[in-house]
Amino acid sequence: MSGSPPSRPVIDVRDLRTHLVTRWGTVKAVDGVSFAVAEGETLGLVGESGSGKSMTCLSLLRLVPRPAARILGGQVWLDGEDLLAKSEAEMRKIRGRRIAMILQDPMSSLNPVFSIGMQMREAIGLYHGLRGRGLAARAAELLAAVRIPSPAERLRAFPHQLSGGMRQRVVGAMAIAAPPRLLIADEPTTSLDLTIQAQYLGLLEELQERHRLALVFVTHNLGIVARICDRVAVMYAGRIVEMGPVRRLFTRPAHPYSRALLESIPRLGARAARLTAIEGQPPDLARLPAGCAFAPRCASVMERCRVEAPPETVVEAGHVTRCWLEAPGAGATAAGPP
Amino acid sequence: MPAEPTAATLSEAAVAVDAVPRRGWRLPRFPLVVIGLFVAVAVVAPLLGLPDPTAQALRDRFRPPAWQEAGSWTHPLGTDRLGRDLLSRIVWGARVSLAAGVLTVLAASAFGAAVGLTAGYYGGRVDAVLMRVTDATMSFPVILLALILAVTVGPSFANVVTAIAVILWARYARVIRGQVLTLMQLDFVAQARIAGAGPWRIITRHLLPNTLGTLLVLVTLQIGYVIIVEASLSFLGAGIPPPTPAWGSMIAEGRDFVTSAWWVSLFPGLAILLVVLAFNLLGDWLRDTFDPKLRQL
Repeated sequence: MSGSPPSRPVIDVRDLRTHLVTRWGTVKAVDGVSFAVAEGETLGLVGESGSGKSMTCLSLLRLVPRPAARILGGQVWLDGEDLLAKSEAEMRKIRGRRIAMILQDPMSSLNPVFSIGMQMREAIGLYHGLRGRGLAARAAELLAAVRIPSPAERLRAFPHQLSGGMRQRVVGAMAIAAPPRLLIADEPTTSLDLTIQAQYLGLLEELQERHRLALVFVTHNLGIVARICDRVAVMYAGRIVEMGPVRRLFTRPAHPYSRALLESIPRLGARAARLTAIEGQPPDLARLPAGCAFAPRCASVMERCRVEAPPETVVEAGHVTRCWLEAPGAGATAAGPP
Repeated sequence: MPAEPTAATLSEAAVAVDAVPRRGWRLPRFPLVVIGLFVAVAVVAPLLGLPDPTAQALRDRFRPPAWQEAGSWTHPLGTDRLGRDLLSRIVWGARVSLAAGVLTVLAASAFGAAVGLTAGYYGGRVDAVLMRVTDATMSFPVILLALILAVTVGPSFANVVTAIAVILWARYARVIRGQVLTLMQLDFVAQARIAGAGPWRIITRHLLPNTLGTLLVLVTLQIGYVIIVEASLSFLGAGIPPPTPAWGSMIAEGRDFVTSAWWVSLFPGLAILLVVLAFNLLGDWLRDTFDPKLRQL
């Protein structure tokens, strides 16, 4: 802990809404998402493709694809400053320096025409105003920090001369160059081999530990969540349907969608029950049903689910969900203002 | 008899594989020699001790090339209607043609690349407007614009360069914009943004360097094209005004005497042929080496 109280979050997202205006209608890609991540904490953001995970992350950096996407509302507090109120010039100073992000595809996330060293020096120079020898030394130091062997020589290599795992490490090294307060990792291990995946996750944990980073880890791999996350947020159709400590959510999921997700992965040593798939397709975000978005696929759907969206309900301290099954006074028919 | 793969044959095979030359840089000799020769001669033209290309000698008019019966080595390629030395005029004409080609293409590629990068980076309305302007430009005939300029402002070297460049940039804009659109999909552009890079940095550090190969290919291919256009304009009298020697106007001057004094038109024609062919071959080679995907150019 570096002075600040552990309870004060690095990033505090409140009621974030990002919509995409397309030819087929308005897509509510992020629709009222709230979460907070503290120093040294890891939040897993889980959900199917198109559930709004990546759009949420890009919204934090204010880098949603223009002009289609627009951040319509909410607040994003980074160390007590609302990023949505910042100017673009101010945001540029925050990106990379205070919030860094690692993208999914290591094959294309480095510029093919420049050597690793040039790209790293550019990033470091941007953040620290270093020049000349100090810059080169810092670049080599960063490569060493992500456990790249003989870093000084690697600086002269071009991206195509490195393997996917190596490149992802280089991207990681550039991401912690500042070092940032918040690191967003958007499925950084999806395209890596399993053994390399494990190494990379270990590395991320180590970097997080060293720099006390708040880490948001986007994935659809629940195994990774179980391994490195402290808390997990399950997204469905642009909303967080359940959020809680990993252990709690894995053992006692409150939302039927989380339960279905957990039942769809095989577990070593568990009873040989059949794996269940989730019926149906993810919803068309441009034409969301009234009520709960998961209702059409939900096994325990009720009358009320199709009419009214469930509110956020606290199941237990630190464990919230959006489901009528858990809502106080569940079972009663529609109540409250229309 | 099928040979058993022994250690010996295997190592031989390995050696054979090693012996195959790697896909290397076999430089195209012909274009480089021709271009090098013309450039060198054009640069050092004043030092070659050639007769003044504009000096008239009416007594020596229509001298045939040296190897003909009436020829002499004082005028190796013969003389024209006004007794001017053809070799000297071709050498000095090379300065005009090459300068026109290079200047025009540099101006056009710089402007076109800027437009293409801007359109591709910003997309949306900016892209739509810039690309419509590009399309409109491309539909305008170069020769017509040059003729209009020649008639209204008067023919000059500057006007020729301007007229061609004002039209030619559109091609660069199109090609570069297309390439930028592909590059924008790649994560390194997104990663640069995430790292806090602004538009200027992304365009100059990430997009432009990745399009340089294409630009180089296009520039080389276009130099040949510009030389032809400049020659056509000079031939039509809308190009470089006399008495400056230009290959196009030299051909035009010899046109009336092709049957009696064929050399007056032939040699400048050959010069154009050689230089343009060389640039096209070099361009083809560059394209195949740097970017085989550009076949349509």
